[in-house]
Amino acid sequence: MKELNELNFPDDVRYAESHEWARTEGEKVKVGISDYAQDQLGDIVFVELPEVGDTFGKGEEFGTVESVKAVSELYMPVAGEVVAINDTLEDAPEKVNNSPYGDGWMIEVKAENPSEADDLLDNNAYLGTLKG
Amino acid sequence: MLKAVRIDSLEGLFAHIPDDCRRNENLDVPAHLTEWELNDHMDTLAGSMAISPDYKVFMGAGSYEHFIPATVPFLLGRSEFVTAYTPYQPEVSQGTLQAIYEYQTLTCRLLGMEVANASQYDGASALAEAMLMAIRISRKKTVAVSRAVHPLYRRVLQTYFEPTGFEIRELPYLSDGTTDLSSLKDMNDLGGVAVQSPNFFGCMENVPAVKQALENQKALLVVSFSEPLAYGLYKNPGQCGADIACGEGQSLGIPRTFGGPALGMFASKMKYVRNMPGRLVGETVDLDGRRGHVLTLSTREQHIRREKATSNICTNHSLCALAAVMYMATLGGAGFKELAQINYDKSEYLKSALTRAGFKLPFSRATFNEFVVEFPAGFKKTYQRLLKKKIIAGVPLDDFYPELKSHYLLCATETITKADIDTLVQEIKK
Repeated sequence: MKELNELNFPDDVRYAESHEWARTEGEKVKVGISDYAQDQLGDIVFVELPEVGDTFGKGEEFGTVESVKAVSELYMPVAGEVVAINDTLEDAPEKVNNSPYGDGWMIEVKAENPSEADDLLDNNAYLGTLKG
Repeated sequence: MLKAVRIDSLEGLFAHIPDDCRRNENLDVPAHLTEWELNDHMDTLAGSMAISPDYKVFMGAGSYEHFIPATVPFLLGRSEFVTAYTPYQPEVSQGTLQAIYEYQTLTCRLLGMEVANASQYDGASALAEAMLMAIRISRKKTVAVSRAVHPLYRRVLQTYFEPTGFEIRELPYLSDGTTDLSSLKDMNDLGGVAVQSPNFFGCMENVPAVKQALENQKALLVVSFSEPLAYGLYKNPGQCGADIACGEGQSLGIPRTFGGPALGMFASKMKYVRNMPGRLVGETVDLDGRRGHVLTLSTREQHIRREKATSNICTNHSLCALAAVMYMATLGGAGFKELAQINYDKSEYLKSALTRAGFKLPFSRATFNEFVVEFPAGFKKTYQRLLKKKIIAGVPLDDFYPELKSHYLLCATETITKADIDTLVQEIKK
């Protein structure tokens, strides 16, 4: 595992305390897990995603991520309807390790209330929670 | 020992157990017997029961009498395999793990599926687990089950489903002995549909037609079975489009012994493997690149995921699974087919003998080694008379199907001779 200062926390996404990130792109919000989360999990071998059209509330479980060490649930950073999933993760789950904020994105959500993303943590506040 | 734990008497060892939880009077057991007396006693008990070869048993209905080659008990009795608890630790259990892996491989080949688990308890619990798996995958809340699935399997399924809130719908059977699929097209909220083939009446279901009826639906096709030997002759569940194949493996080298222990065989398509219940042995390599076997995909199981596990069963029926793999390996593909053909031929001979004697076979569908006969009313007396002559003329069906009065399920495997069949039919005609 890496030290916190070796990890990457870009400022164009917002973070949930449960380690998901959300990036607002127009009306849609892209969701993935943070560099810290992928680093803690280790080699990711499987990502279970919802189906397009599924609707979840904020904080509800939308899938699971499985590494060689553990299985973790994935929670919605904002409420909304899933409008796209990254199905390339089915054959290449390692993208989550290699590019957690890019190719390793998980779902795209049509947010019920787009301003909900503003309530999430910015990169400094998130880093603060990690430092405990 | 009492001295070592600093207690004066045996009573002191139990002092911490509350009085009202203790039994004060002595156990009511008979006096001891010598070994000779005990052997006599056991022989008398055994003699009071209708067991082959003394009795000619024409009963199947989910438990079948087959010859068990000497290789099976010999290998199974080896101390490396006979243990009270299955050792799953790869460091010390390569033999056991490899044997389970071979069992999974042969199970896949027999059922025509892509992945099989290390086994479930029996055909009934395997079906219940399959239906829960179908619900997990489809994210629906209702399943449909044919009324021609083994009645006891359906009862276990009901027990599993009762606390879940999921609904079970029953599909009736048609006059030819197979499942009525006409209502399926209108049920678009189904997560899974289960048929058994051969079904409880011995009839081969038209499984591809079930598959077709589920086209454009999310429902998974679950094919259950109680007599896997049938797949030596008929198309297996995989060839008929099953998503999950599950059933009873007792036929494969396991004696009948009052209905247990049994073997739940369970297999599915590879794309559903993460939703499969039970243990799974995989093949891998060690640090030096040598072939080895380990439990794999354990994240499905409850010791890793607790309430999110695919099942609360974290074990398998290992010794029974090993008996099955030894049996299958002993017969080989050609032997398996040949034995299936013999079973079919015997039961067809019994069928034609009964038909010639004027008895009615109500279901027209093709069968494997058992089938339903409608005897004249009052056959119960004949049944009792035959019993006195040490012949068991099948299983009466009206306990399970009140509408099938005087209907009996008769089975003839390779253990039944032509003479046995001729005697049965002659005695029935009397």
